[in-house]
Amino acid sequence: MKLHVRYDMVTVCKVVLQEQLEKLGITFELTTLGELELKDSITVTRQEEINQVLKKYGIELLDDQKNIFVQKIKDTIIELINTDEKLSSAKFSDYLARKLNYSYGHISKLFSDVTYTSIENFIILQKIERAKQLILHEELTLTEVAWKLNYSSVQHLSNQFKKTTGLTPTAFQRIIKMRRLQSGKPT
Amino acid sequence: MNQTPLHVLLADDDEDDRLIFKDALEEVKVKTRLTLVKDGIQLMEYLEKTEDEYPSIVFLDLNMPRKGGVECLREIRSDKRLRNISVAIYSTSASEGDIEDTFIKGANVYIKKPNDFGSLVRVLEEVITINWQYHNSDLNRENFVLSL
Repeated sequence: MKLHVRYDMVTVCKVVLQEQLEKLGITFELTTLGELELKDSITVTRQEEINQVLKKYGIELLDDQKNIFVQKIKDTIIELINTDEKLSSAKFSDYLARKLNYSYGHISKLFSDVTYTSIENFIILQKIERAKQLILHEELTLTEVAWKLNYSSVQHLSNQFKKTTGLTPTAFQRIIKMRRLQSGKPT
Repeated sequence: MNQTPLHVLLADDDEDDRLIFKDALEEVKVKTRLTLVKDGIQLMEYLEKTEDEYPSIVFLDLNMPRKGGVECLREIRSDKRLRNISVAIYSTSASEGDIEDTFIKGANVYIKKPNDFGSLVRVLEEVITINWQYHNSDLNRENFVLSL
């Protein structure tokens, strides 16, 4: 025999948190989804206790350290890509490892765990964002953009642009221009 | 690792399409929570009245009774409060003209409805992940365009 159940994850989580934290004698309020507001601040050991208790329910306290480190990785990449100079041809992996003082394997694993995407994809996305800016605001030609962002050829840049956005750089440029024209007009 | 779920909204008048979308979205790695509405009128009423946080991304079917996707897109883009919402057009047609036209009107993503479940999951995975990046990495949403 089969019985069907319906459950509401949000309620389940709330009840679990309430019951378990009450047991530990912690007074709290669940502000928005995923944020616990504690009456009193608690020690790291205490946080570890909470983690242990919640683990079997698949609930985990967010590790701020991880998030902070990922932010550092992102900042390093963004800073590197948004330089006014020509992008260095040094490998991103070497640069990140040197600058952040961890092995690239460690950096890359942590990044994927937190952001759902790989560092490589993040770099491509950032480079294409930079290419968009250069095309729109500095009105560089594709050849100039390719050179500046260290693509081996215009073709390589165009392919990556198309793969990332679904549009050719030319179509992108046309769309944004038209969009600006239209939003200037009263509707 | 837990994250605050990304709020996703789908406006589609076809019940089957809504169900398939819901199932596909559950397969996506990024944690999401989904609001479903049946047409454009319901959508705009929801955005007008909700006390919940606005969705991060709205998927719009182009052909809906009462109020269609393009009309909603226009209204969303002309309302300051709704500027930060990414708009994804979710349609059965995919003529070059339609695609460019909706981008010009301010859409961020254009998805031709895939024919099979696996492709839909892949497409949603890509859209949600990239949208998540725009959501969390201070990227300029004005330059966010993606055609799939």
